[in-house]
Amino acid sequence: MQQIQDQAPPSMVKDSRMVEADEEKLIKKELAALKEQVSTPTTSLKQMRECLVRLIYCEMLGYEASFGYIHAIKLAQQGSLMEKRVGYLAVSLFLNESHELLLLLVNTVLKDLQSTNLLEVCMALTVASQLFPPDMIPAVLPLVEEKLQHSKEIIRRKAVLALYKFYLLAPNQVQHIHDKFRKALCDRDPGVMAASLHIYLLLIKENPGGYKDLTSSFVTILKQVVGGKLAVDFNYHSVPAPWLQIQLLRILRLLGKDDQITSELMYDILDESLRRAEINHNITYAILFECIQTVYTIHPKVDLLEKAAKCNGKFILSPKNNLKYLGLKALSYVIQQDMNLVLQHQMTIIECLDHPDPIIKRETLELLYRITNAQNVAVIVQKMLDYLRQSKDEYITISLVGKVAELAEKYAPTNEWFIQTMNAVFSVGGDMIPADIPNNFLRLLAEGFDDEVEDKQLRLYAVNSYLALLEKNNIHYPQRFLQVMSWVLGEYSYLKTEAKAEDIIQSLHYLLGKCSASLETKAWIFSAITKLFRLTLNVKVLPEVLQNYGNSMDSCLRQCSFELKQLVEDKEIMNTVLPLDESCNDIVVDASLSFLDGFVADALGHGAAPYKPHHQRQEERLSQEKVLNFEPYGLSFATSPQISSVTGRQSPTGLSFNSEISCNSTEAGLKDSDSLKLDGVKKVWGKEGYLRKKKESKEETVASPNSESDVTADFTSTAEKTAGLSAEEQEKKLLASSLFVGLGSNNLVSLMGKNQSTTQKFRRKSKIVEGQNSYERTMSTQKAIAPPLAQIPNLMDNVLESCNPFQESKAMLLRKTASDSAEVPTEEPAQESDEAWNSSNNLKTIRAVPSASKESISGLFADGNFDIVQPGNCNSALVAHEPNSSLSPGLPVEFAEHSHSKFELVCANENIALFSCKVWKEDCLLIVLFFTNRSSIEVTNATVNFALTDELQACESTDFPFPLVESLATVKCQLCLQMMKPCARVLLTGHVTYHLETSQQTQEEFALALFLTDFIRPLKLTTEEFGHLWLSLSNDVKQNLSFTSDSPEALTVALRTLQQELKLHIVDIIGAEGIVACQLLPSTSCLLHCRFHAGILSVWLRSGCCVLPDCLLYECQKVIQKL
Amino acid sequence: MSLKGRHYPDSTMQFMLLFSRQGKLRLQKWYVPLSDKEKKKITRELVQTVLAHKLKMCSFLEWRDLKIVYKRYASLYFCCAIEDQDNELITIEIIHRYVELLSKYFGSVCELDIIFNFEKAYFILDEFLLGGEVQETSKKNVLKAIEQCDLLQEEAETPRSVLEEIGLT
Repeated sequence: MQQIQDQAPPSMVKDSRMVEADEEKLIKKELAALKEQVSTPTTSLKQMRECLVRLIYCEMLGYEASFGYIHAIKLAQQGSLMEKRVGYLAVSLFLNESHELLLLLVNTVLKDLQSTNLLEVCMALTVASQLFPPDMIPAVLPLVEEKLQHSKEIIRRKAVLALYKFYLLAPNQVQHIHDKFRKALCDRDPGVMAASLHIYLLLIKENPGGYKDLTSSFVTILKQVVGGKLAVDFNYHSVPAPWLQIQLLRILRLLGKDDQITSELMYDILDESLRRAEINHNITYAILFECIQTVYTIHPKVDLLEKAAKCNGKFILSPKNNLKYLGLKALSYVIQQDMNLVLQHQMTIIECLDHPDPIIKRETLELLYRITNAQNVAVIVQKMLDYLRQSKDEYITISLVGKVAELAEKYAPTNEWFIQTMNAVFSVGGDMIPADIPNNFLRLLAEGFDDEVEDKQLRLYAVNSYLALLEKNNIHYPQRFLQVMSWVLGEYSYLKTEAKAEDIIQSLHYLLGKCSASLETKAWIFSAITKLFRLTLNVKVLPEVLQNYGNSMDSCLRQCSFELKQLVEDKEIMNTVLPLDESCNDIVVDASLSFLDGFVADALGHGAAPYKPHHQRQEERLSQEKVLNFEPYGLSFATSPQISSVTGRQSPTGLSFNSEISCNSTEAGLKDSDSLKLDGVKKVWGKEGYLRKKKESKEETVASPNSESDVTADFTSTAEKTAGLSAEEQEKKLLASSLFVGLGSNNLVSLMGKNQSTTQKFRRKSKIVEGQNSYERTMSTQKAIAPPLAQIPNLMDNVLESCNPFQESKAMLLRKTASDSAEVPTEEPAQESDEAWNSSNNLKTIRAVPSASKESISGLFADGNFDIVQPGNCNSALVAHEPNSSLSPGLPVEFAEHSHSKFELVCANENIALFSCKVWKEDCLLIVLFFTNRSSIEVTNATVNFALTDELQACESTDFPFPLVESLATVKCQLCLQMMKPCARVLLTGHVTYHLETSQQTQEEFALALFLTDFIRPLKLTTEEFGHLWLSLSNDVKQNLSFTSDSPEALTVALRTLQQELKLHIVDIIGAEGIVACQLLPSTSCLLHCRFHAGILSVWLRSGCCVLPDCLLYECQKVIQKL
Repeated sequence: MSLKGRHYPDSTMQFMLLFSRQGKLRLQKWYVPLSDKEKKKITRELVQTVLAHKLKMCSFLEWRDLKIVYKRYASLYFCCAIEDQDNELITIEIIHRYVELLSKYFGSVCELDIIFNFEKAYFILDEFLLGGEVQETSKKNVLKAIEQCDLLQEEAETPRSVLEEIGLT
């Protein structure tokens, strides 16, 4: 040691004070010498220790010394105590958890854990809890576990912490030790007990319900600590064990949240903690800070809340910046429960807004953000924008910009304000702005709100404001702002009737010419120009644009200008490709390229080789290399079996993977660039308005319309007190009144369990939004309000009697069932049976079906509002007709055991109604169709006829005659279907004809959407059979699906979900790979091979049919995306 | 770039840096796995930020998505990174307790003590904080653990150096 002190670092230290260049030279020289010394075999361990200390020093100075890493491990392994100590230290400083060299350390750690020398055990435990490869944990776990019983408390303590660390790295492996943690909690040594609290904090955070029984123990411990029962040694500035107290307060907070009984256990000790913390020292404030949070998190008790609020006042009013900051932080936590505290401290908050310290300012803004409501939004947003203009920090900008955009969307008082605020957001946020802000904004503009006129005004205002901005010369706008402007101008310029489109084109063209715009932005601008050409016949600028960009070096712009040329020449195509105000309509992309089928068939007919995927070609090449080909070459490929299937191939709609051809085709390419890019946009809006995340924050911020008077009252009182203050003070007060307006004293928010919500300025039109999430929501709403199966016709009937036109009646039915659901007595049993299917069958009732089925649903739920219409009437009518059960279609017993869908109304008029139900039988899809005569007279000669397309095949006749259907009776027919040609979705059409007594024959058309997944069944295979089949199948598709989860179980979860959603059969799961089999009815098998690696699920599908893998992959993709 | 690793709970300290007024790093301890490149970048950025921070302001800084808590003792800056929702005051006291431990061990510690005995400073830190969590809050216990090691080390060292001196090795 002496040696090191005298020789090594001092020389370096002395020299480190020299200029950088000299230092570098010196250290490099030193490193070279060290490198030589460590690799000399004669270097003793003691010398090695010295070398390593020097290496640590060099690394700290920023020089790389990786050549020494292995020697650090060696030293830890071979050295005696003090060398080992330095070796371990060097390892823990040099390497991180994922370093591969760590594997070499495992044995050393194992050996030292078994050592009889306490210090060696200590070192091993220390290094294990600092860094340990997660996959090696099982190797040392039993030894560490054993140490929990060690006689020395220091060993027990370190073992507990090592286990805590293991728990963080690999929770599953430590699961079985939970009981032993309890022992540690009761350890006689306070250090061991304190260490175990780390684990408990974590466990309780994950599962608060599981540890409620420990509450009284934690309370007792805290009582003893606060009461000074621990050794004086644990005191810190005469506060007993503050770290322990804080840890316990955090644990109690988690346990007492939303739990009155548990909370009651801790009231006393919290009261005591608040009382004890009187000494004016940082450490007591640190404890108080935790205490306040705990008091406000657990079930409220009035006098505790008052005391905590008073304590919080001490923080905020403190002249010390640190305390003031923490007070603000606590306050923004506390106001989630109680808005009134803000009113108490309003003047302080105003002062903090202009505080010289940025972090205090920032925390104040955070606080204001949480109390924003419709009345104070303008002032608060202004303050935030002011701050943003000064701040240069990227992280702060991103977070604040998001908040401003959120508040603006939520509470905007006027359209003008909204657009101007968003303009400020885009200019201030610059290029740091996250993509979801402009995307959400455009989406909001495009989708509009409930009010058409309002929508137009907002859009027009946006157009006007952007035109004004673009007129200003020499101002540099951020890229994203330019993109927003050009999109809006392209899309909505038509609203501004007084402006000439060509003028706008001119200014956009000018913008395009500026070099400040990035290529991406240029593409946006160009597409806006293209859109504007549909508004004008004046193509004066056109040649100039084409000339400038037709030969552009950038292929994208060149393509755009080429497209523009074509479109301008043909107005008709222009209008189909770029329709006015249709930006939110979905575009169906035929990604299977079925429109090329003719071309492909021709080519094949002329002897071209059929397409083989890349990996198949590779495999074939490999196999060809190995063996000689003894077979004669075929003459022509024209007879290849694949051709026939190619020509008739159906395009699964909306396949999400792109092929090169479809991207390059003019039309698809244009559409792509023109439509709003909504992929990857965070979903904030749903059918019922704002989705979860915002809802929460909405609940936090509350406005009460009648609370203004309270505020004013508050103000008059403060005003009296501080009467005669300077003008500056007056100004501050004015500001305060504008900031804290709408936060009344009667606004105890969730404290009393009452939530008021403000009306949102921009409430989206309720409409079915594309996407899995919203779809699920739709499904669940449907489930909730769906009338009991047996009753649909009944209800229908009743409603229909009062109002005839069919369109209305659908809505009526739903309105009524929705509003009456609580009163209908038969509702419950039906729902129960509904649940019974769910649980009894893995082919759940209705799976999330592809977007195509939206048609039926959006028709039914078109307006999403289920107002109560004539509730009295409907109710009585319903009750009156209840006994008449002949109308209720019920599934025949033999089908009820199979999984089946809900009843769906496929067609109805005033006299008859048709309902369908899908029964997923093992060998076919059975469509059961119910024909209900809802008139008061007989129906004669009714016939149901299905028209089958090529894709489908029925087992028997598709005509179903019903000679006579009595009044109010229901008859049924059934059709067994199999899918002959795979396609994602197919429409089963048909018509029903019937005679009413004397009248003419009436005909009604109907259509039913069927999906690929309706025809998929599990294929039960063994692994060997799978292997054989795999080799015999030739058509394959490979795709990598990204997968959010990265846990080891991810593959299993994914496969289980596939099994459940798509009815696939999991053959085997081997490590990170899984094999899955299914068949398409009648008998086309399809095999899947899934490999999970680093968040990517590679799916490889093979089938005898060439289209099936594509289609099925698409279904898999949808399922995985939902995960 | 977010530093938040998924293994790490909110209360854990992310890293601790000690540097001089001249911006020279004197001690670094990382509790989250980061590459050397990232470490260097963070260190450089942070040293600059902290040194530029005005004296009268809070001892807290917002930096990336973390909070930096720092305290200056003579010419040395002690600087910790914690999560946003953590308690900054207790972190300041952790720093202070560490300085107390160093003082007690070295007997009124100065920057040179840490430069010459930086490995000792690491040993003390490891006894006090383990994996970013407070391991032992009793000052006596921490120092006892260190002294035990030192003692044994000297015992082991003395005979050997004697032998060496005689030239028996």
